[in-house]
Amino acid sequence: MSEMINLTIDNVPVSVPEGTTILEAAKKINVRIPTLCYHQDLCVAGNCRVCVVEQKGTDRLMPSCAMPVSEGMEILTNSLKARSARKHVIELLVSEHRADCTRCYKNGNCELQELSSEYIIGEDGFIDLIPYKEYTIDHYSPSIIKDDSKCIRCQRCVRTCNELQKIGALAVAYKGKDMKISTFFEKPMFEVVCTNCGQCVNRCPTGALTEKTYVDLVWSEMNREDKHVVVQTAPAVRVALGEALGMEPGMIVTGKLVAALRRLGFDSVLDTDFTADLTIIEEGNELLQRLKKALVDKDPAAKLPLTTSCSPGWVKFIEHAFPGYLDHVSTAKSPQQMFGALAKTFYAKKINVEPENIVSVSIMPCTAKKYEADRPEMRSSGYKDVDYVLTTRELALMIRQAGIDFASLPDDDYDSIMGESSGAGVIFGATGGVMEAALRTAYEVVTGREVPFENLNITPVRGMDGVREATIKIEGALPEWSFLEGVELRCCVAHGLANAKKVMDAVKAGTVNYHFIEIMACPGGCLGGGGQPIPTNEEIRRKRAEAIYREDAHKPIRKSHENPEVIRLYEELLHEPLSETAHKLLHTNYRARDRY
Amino acid sequence: MASKKLKRLDLVFKDEQDTEAILKKTFSRPESDIINDLISSGLKGRGGAGFPTGLKWKLTADTKGDEKYVICNADEGEPGTFKDREILSKVPHKVLAGMAVCGRVIGSRKGFIYLRGEYKFLIPDLEREIERFHQLLEKLGCGFRVEIFTGSGAYICGEESALFESMEGKRGEPRNKPPFPVTHGYNGKPTVINNVETLAHTYSIFKYGPEKFRDLGVQDSRGSKVFSVSGDTPVPGIYELEFGMTLQKFVDDFGDGDTKAVQVGGASGFCVPRKKFEKTIIGYQGKLTGESLPTGGSMMIFNSSRSMYNVLHNYLDFFVEESCGQCTPCRVGTQQLLLGIEAVKKGEKPSSYLDKLLELAESMRITAKCGLGQSVANSFASIVENFKEEMIY
Amino acid sequence: MEDVKQMVKELAGKYGHSEKGLLPILQGIVDKERYISEEAMVEVARELDISAAQVFGTATFYSFLETKPTGKYVIRVCKTISCMMKGKNDIIRELESVLRIHMGETTHDGLFSLRETNCLGQCHKGPAMLVNDTPYAELTPEKVRQILCDIRKKEFPGN
Repeated sequence: MSEMINLTIDNVPVSVPEGTTILEAAKKINVRIPTLCYHQDLCVAGNCRVCVVEQKGTDRLMPSCAMPVSEGMEILTNSLKARSARKHVIELLVSEHRADCTRCYKNGNCELQELSSEYIIGEDGFIDLIPYKEYTIDHYSPSIIKDDSKCIRCQRCVRTCNELQKIGALAVAYKGKDMKISTFFEKPMFEVVCTNCGQCVNRCPTGALTEKTYVDLVWSEMNREDKHVVVQTAPAVRVALGEALGMEPGMIVTGKLVAALRRLGFDSVLDTDFTADLTIIEEGNELLQRLKKALVDKDPAAKLPLTTSCSPGWVKFIEHAFPGYLDHVSTAKSPQQMFGALAKTFYAKKINVEPENIVSVSIMPCTAKKYEADRPEMRSSGYKDVDYVLTTRELALMIRQAGIDFASLPDDDYDSIMGESSGAGVIFGATGGVMEAALRTAYEVVTGREVPFENLNITPVRGMDGVREATIKIEGALPEWSFLEGVELRCCVAHGLANAKKVMDAVKAGTVNYHFIEIMACPGGCLGGGGQPIPTNEEIRRKRAEAIYREDAHKPIRKSHENPEVIRLYEELLHEPLSETAHKLLHTNYRARDRY
Repeated sequence: MASKKLKRLDLVFKDEQDTEAILKKTFSRPESDIINDLISSGLKGRGGAGFPTGLKWKLTADTKGDEKYVICNADEGEPGTFKDREILSKVPHKVLAGMAVCGRVIGSRKGFIYLRGEYKFLIPDLEREIERFHQLLEKLGCGFRVEIFTGSGAYICGEESALFESMEGKRGEPRNKPPFPVTHGYNGKPTVINNVETLAHTYSIFKYGPEKFRDLGVQDSRGSKVFSVSGDTPVPGIYELEFGMTLQKFVDDFGDGDTKAVQVGGASGFCVPRKKFEKTIIGYQGKLTGESLPTGGSMMIFNSSRSMYNVLHNYLDFFVEESCGQCTPCRVGTQQLLLGIEAVKKGEKPSSYLDKLLELAESMRITAKCGLGQSVANSFASIVENFKEEMIY
Repeated sequence: MEDVKQMVKELAGKYGHSEKGLLPILQGIVDKERYISEEAMVEVARELDISAAQVFGTATFYSFLETKPTGKYVIRVCKTISCMMKGKNDIIRELESVLRIHMGETTHDGLFSLRETNCLGQCHKGPAMLVNDTPYAELTPEKVRQILCDIRKKEFPGN
């Protein structure tokens, strides 16, 4: 329908649909135009002016990210005029940036640094503005550090927080020279509606927003003779870690990950996927119990829809934005916290180590997990259940620090017990994965038969659409579940908090009547988490998702309830789902927080 | 009395008390005739940018839309400009009539006057005038209505897309263009946004026809212009003059006999030194050549007692604060220019640093997102180049 | 606190419960309270269903939307070129010495706050200042004293 527009870019003819930007057209013919404020996941801002290009015969330059093509344009991306203006823009950005590169956490992974090097920004640049400015470095949050002195005002974080995530923790404040990225009344991130999802961190081109790192603390714990350091690895880490160590997106590196963790000195290398399977048992049974209470007992206290609770960004979001709906959230803890509670109880006993001597570390694709581990509710073992949370990026850093040649590591297996997992546990890392895992188990519990999908792949809940719905009709229910016979289980999957908000608004308005909703705070689910390797975009997330489903398909066990170690855990400790012990260790509660 | 040579005009401020007759006459004409009159009159935007008014109305009229808006830009913030305030206090009915006719032509029932916060004191009188005007419109069977929207102290909101953002409850940050207001203005709807003075001129054109307006001025600069004259002049104030005068003639009339330079067009305009007065014509003659200067009407006169360093410092200080801050060249560039001239003055940077700053200013001109950042180079280059020694010593 | 809630509710009722009403609502708060407090911003965010950070970000963009407590009378002296040439510094000196405060401060009795501002559009009659919404032009130190005196008299008729 749309017309094709013909133009030339650096004298190469190109034909693109009307409405295409110059930047996109250039990409089509493999001409790279440098950008900073532009990000594929976000709306166009056109404010950094790094991507300016020259149109022959036009006096002023144009921002290629924001300018649509027009017929007959002759664009020069690297003319002297464009180049020198671009260099000025970069010099200006460097002048308001605390360019203390050697002491910066993002050293070597900074888009401004790369551009400065490419454009040979020397020492004869403009006046350093940092001494003239007041700036704050906010490190009160357990998850995210916000350092205004490194900020170049590209507003990627603001667009992420407000459009992609609809959280509204960050905004642009003041104007002119005082313009800055700010929270409400410049409060610490810790005190505002920030969910710690870290999507801003994923998109910050400089060191202005970074995760708070615990790498050095973990190193020193590992050096202590009296400590037994247990590490767990989240499902999404194994399909992304490679990217931070020079591999292509979409590589599954589970075996190397385990081998690297051993080499680093972790005493027990275990798997969060194990507790992902456990989560499915607890949460799935919670769902069935609620369905029974709601459908049979007509108990008004049994709130439906039930929503998942594994994503700590989502949990904090609902606590702020929909505090009236907290009793819809599954009380099951997230896999990380179930693992933590078991590590210092069940596992400690197994390996005969005093719980106080266990140091529990988790490797997560997530910055919100750092906050989750700090929550006062998360001390079921009598200790802090998870002591340190490291992101995928931090683990990659440790691997580099240790001089390990990751690519050449031989594959290794997780320790036992709490190292075994099913394919259902693996797919927790992708949006829709928890739903699929839960359905694989719940359907079978109710009917005694496998879910009626080829190879157990419940494709309707997979994919990258922001909100997905699926209905599964229960047929042939076993006698004790006969009340579910013929019931159409209405499910919904949402990822990214903007979509979560959309779904919750619909729930609130009563325009939908789901039974079960899976919500992941981050786009793509955990595989697109705020602790994953940078950069991120839809294509990278898609590759990670493919890898996750590949891993699932290759697993000998595909259903959580068939995980032999989970079965053993119930036999030895928990006895049955939702038992008293299970409640004590594996379930939690939530608190209403201020909306503003 | 200062004037001996330049003719004073009285088109804008003459209060003829004939709004009803003019509106009746104009409303009865086909829209295309009204647009053609405006186009042939040669009227261009009086806010400073100089876009042909008739064309703007035509483009908006030609855009399909269920809702369209007419906005009068009364966010007069350019240093040295105060004519819109005077027009709104003396002849508001002309501005309102221009808006109503525009509404008729483009198919809009809703107009806004975006009044800068500094002019809040005008509101009571203006509201009375609007009410009277609404009664008149009702009588004429016209459903067009005007509302005042007040700014809150932000120069950048005079930029049209920033003004829309501000009206929509946001920070007044200019948008990417395209799209332009004629298709995507306030609320994303087709919008005509005209300066106060422009609208007042349309009234004269409706009344007297396009020829009388066209006969005034020169070449591409037709009609009269309201000038705000300030600085070192014995006769500061508002003057309506014909376009096309040389700066020399202007200075002969308004200077104090010791004029060293004139800033044409406010802080975002050009500084013309004495030696160029004779060659500089006031108007918009095609492309900027430095010999023909457009202006929103601000004429600031400096005599030889003034330090042009202080003048430039004051302008830059203004831009550093009033930049919206979103685009790099403007936000950071203005700070660098300010600190840069300070450093040269203090001897912390060599005088050759001024050349680097001139290059920066040129980059700002061609890369900044909106007119503010683009025009900082105007005053910067024209002052630094013409008064270099004052910058250094 | 309840007063703030009520005030914001009324303003939102008048200007609408969407983002489009934000500027007039904030202006309305400043008219009543002289500045926009944290609580007021939270209430605005609630009424308009936008984030509090956004309210803060927008408010701080506009120099007349004060976000810190100010005096009952905010004096804004024009510092732009024409007024500078006509001696705005003398006016500021006079204000500072009569009010016994520095630029940017508020008098102890909470009556006056002193600010500099950009062009007021009174360039032919500089130096000029605004006292709240009222412009005063062609100022001299004597005139400034008189203006302050008149306001004080109005506020404390007994003295």
